[in-house]
Amino acid sequence: MTSKRAAPPEAKKDEAVELPTPVNPQTRMVTVYIMGKRAVVPEHATIMRAIEYTGVQIIRGAGCREGFCGACGTLYRLPGDYRIHTGLACTTLVKDGMSLTQIPAVPMEKAIYDLEQIEATVDTIKKYYPAIFRCVSCNTCTKTCPQGLQVMDYVNAAMRGDIAEVMDLSFDCVSCGLCALRCPAEIVQHKVGILCRRLYGRYLRKESRELDVRIDEIRNGVYDAEYAEMMAMAKEALSEQYYARDIEA
Amino acid sequence: MYPEYMHESLELAAKTRPARLELAKSGKPVYPPMNATEREDVLAKFHPDFTSGARSKIRIGPNKGEELTTEVTEILEAHSMVEPRLMDIHLRKPDYETDLLIIGGGGAGCWASITAMQNGINSMIVTKLRMGDANTMMSEGGMQAAVAPQDSPTRHYLDALGGGHFENKPELVRVLTEDAPQIVRELENLGVIWDKMDDGSMQVLHGGGTSRKRMVSCRDYIGAIIMRTLMDEVKNHPDKITVREFEPAVELLLDEKGQCAGAILYSLDTEQFLTVKAKATVIATGGFGRLHIRGFATTNHYGATGDGLVMAYRAGAHLKFMDSVQYHPTGAVFPEQIAGFLITEKIRGAGGQPLNKFGDLFVFPREPRDIESAAIIRECTERGLGVDTFAGRSGVWLDSPLIDMIHGEGYTKHQFPGMVRQFNRYGIDITKLPMLVYPSLHYQNGGIEINERCETNIPGLYVAGEASGGVHGRNRLMGNSVLDYNVFGRRAGMYASEYAKSVKLGNLSLEHVSAYARDMSCAGIQTDLVSPLILPSYAPEDVKLQQMARLGNTPARHSMLRTRFGRDEGKTAHGKAG
Ligand SMILES: Cc1cc2nc3c(=O)[nH]c(=O)nc-3n(C[C@H](O)[C@H](O)[C@H](O)COP(=O)(O)OP(=O)(O)OC[C@H]3O[C@@H](n4cnc5c(N)ncnc54)[C@H](O)[C@@H]3O)c2cc1C
Ligand code: SF4
Ligand code: SF4
Ligand code: FES
Repeated sequence: MTSKRAAPPEAKKDEAVELPTPVNPQTRMVTVYIMGKRAVVPEHATIMRAIEYTGVQIIRGAGCREGFCGACGTLYRLPGDYRIHTGLACTTLVKDGMSLTQIPAVPMEKAIYDLEQIEATVDTIKKYYPAIFRCVSCNTCTKTCPQGLQVMDYVNAAMRGDIAEVMDLSFDCVSCGLCALRCPAEIVQHKVGILCRRLYGRYLRKESRELDVRIDEIRNGVYDAEYAEMMAMAKEALSEQYYARDIEA
Repeated sequence: MYPEYMHESLELAAKTRPARLELAKSGKPVYPPMNATEREDVLAKFHPDFTSGARSKIRIGPNKGEELTTEVTEILEAHSMVEPRLMDIHLRKPDYETDLLIIGGGGAGCWASITAMQNGINSMIVTKLRMGDANTMMSEGGMQAAVAPQDSPTRHYLDALGGGHFENKPELVRVLTEDAPQIVRELENLGVIWDKMDDGSMQVLHGGGTSRKRMVSCRDYIGAIIMRTLMDEVKNHPDKITVREFEPAVELLLDEKGQCAGAILYSLDTEQFLTVKAKATVIATGGFGRLHIRGFATTNHYGATGDGLVMAYRAGAHLKFMDSVQYHPTGAVFPEQIAGFLITEKIRGAGGQPLNKFGDLFVFPREPRDIESAAIIRECTERGLGVDTFAGRSGVWLDSPLIDMIHGEGYTKHQFPGMVRQFNRYGIDITKLPMLVYPSLHYQNGGIEINERCETNIPGLYVAGEASGGVHGRNRLMGNSVLDYNVFGRRAGMYASEYAKSVKLGNLSLEHVSAYARDMSCAGIQTDLVSPLILPSYAPEDVKLQQMARLGNTPARHSMLRTRFGRDEGKTAHGKAG
């Protein structure tokens, strides 16, 4: 096996290539205001790590810690800047003078529906989330979204009943709820997003015929004999078959 | 932005790229896959499971005498959070009663509640943080399902067994692979949006250890899409499924016949202990990445502390394969803020290649995870060919720019929006520059032993998902755990609800917890650890010391602190909490 290797890494070791070594910059500290209280934290900390650095055990306001779950929505302001900024505490870095507060929950009502009983039409959206038609196109939601989504565009698409477009534009929504909190028309954008995504997956998808075939095969016991045979095989025989199997390119 | 000192290495990677692109296009493996002997060798020498101190013998309980992962032995040889005597009156007057108690609001838990409902049984989901604050939410790459015509469920079976070194329980692998196509269909009927080809057929890709393209996906947000769909469905039935958030379970309850009869919860908001009486119980608590085994950074969510293992073990459940840990080959090493962040294996499935500091390939990009991880560790340690960061980490390049070169411009952005966004936040465009990676603590291979009906050796106790043990042997392949929580979560709901229809419960008891405490003292175990951990504490050590100075009755919440005190996670070579 080894002989076939194109370039064994060991060969490189002897070459006189010297790569530079890392320099260790000193950890600088910055001052932040966590719900108004001053704290000095490392400059390279995320907002979440900064809060923990002060000794707080976060109970509400942290979930995945990697930007997927939306538990950690945060509002902040920076010195000399009148604007309210938003971010996910787990992926946003602190800045000197940052004044912040986490918003661990946004009050709202989720519509209750039976997916099997509804249709992928604008009427469905209208029935469950009538407030979307109050949108004044102010674009605040889009400016708010920490995921950088075109939120206003998907709200507008929902008003047109363009469910595929809502699906596409809201695909990466983490449901942090910050857009809903800032919306002057009191719309719950992300709830409209999940409704439309489910409608798309259920009713507007392209059908996968090969999947039907496979499900039927299994139901009809096409693989039963082969399963039985393999389950009865000794480890050695299985191992042999495994290492001899062909691999799709 | 990559710092100056990495530029030279980055240039070397760019220089070797055209030749590597040719190789990738040739259709042949870009590097020779290892044979069985080579695999064994690299594992034995470089996999963290085999380093000294990685395992220690457990002195009490059903697995007594076995070598388990040290950090697991530690939380099993620890004190309960509750004093059984003080709970007596509450056991007689439970706070909640339900037919089916489901512990854990991730993928497996949601499925169990949905299939129980379909079977006419109401359930209660109790979960640690919010619903969906779970590893399920985070999966990126995909799910294995033999849907393509050139593939078959039995091929999937062989691949899964080979990946698990033929130690998996065959009957579990059979239902895993056999239920998979049906799961794909049921998920899309619930509204999950699969990646499809123009003709509607499922898009399939390779993952580590697959012999056919079998990975189905939802861009790189499969977890978020499935999790939010299942959660939305659960919340559409408030009359049949009750949800309690921020109320993790800390002990199981048994009756005098030894049947599982519910659990004690601990309210994170009020620090109260609450009693739930249930005819059947499903543990769906997920994995243990936040134990920071061997000091590794982790990809897991905040609440992944292996609580299910602890509760079930004290109640007498048998654990399987708890001596092995999965390190994902490609956790981010740079920038420091996202150390441990998972770079999906699909990047390698789509053509991304691991490179050493000279820009050279050193391993086949799609070896099974344990092998790939061990090979990367070898490159960075023994061979010294990793790229060092100023935070004291070392890593290898994962050459992502190749992907657009292979599949066409725009492909990376469309297929990996999460990845592109995450690195863009720190000024790194992964379509132009590679990512720096090192193995990250990822998955609990073993767990509470189950059969294909999700039953354990305790009547009335069912387990599904990452908390269970047996299906993956000692090494899970990518895409098989998303499949696992779907297949077994769904099964757990079906079988547990059926059982709940006929079981007769006796009186609730915590006697097993008292007995366990007696066993601990007989075995001479001295510890100040309290488990389950519930949440890790990331307060600096000096702050923890000041918090621990409190006199008298330590509030339960502080068990998190106490358990984490002096354990130095984040201070080792492998890095910090992610
Ligand atoms: C970053 C990442 C990426 C991944 N990518 C993939 C992939 O591409 N393909 C793949 O196949 N697999 C992947 N996995 C693995 C897969 O996502 C998980 O193994 C799977 O989702 C586990 O599902 P689960 O329902 O068993 O557990 P989880 O989804 O983790 O759910 C467990 C739930 O239980 C709760 N809980 C924990 N303790 C308690 C307690 N004491 N009381 C009450 N509730 C409790 C938790 O808070 C959580 O809500 C990935 C994992 C991670 C972390
Ligand atoms: S913030 Fe509200 S009103 Fe403004 S654009 Fe968005 S949805 Fe419309
Ligand atoms: S669309 Fe709204 S809820 Fe979704 S991520 Fe953006 S701000 Fe958060
Ligand atoms: S903690 Fe999940 S998005 Fe920040």
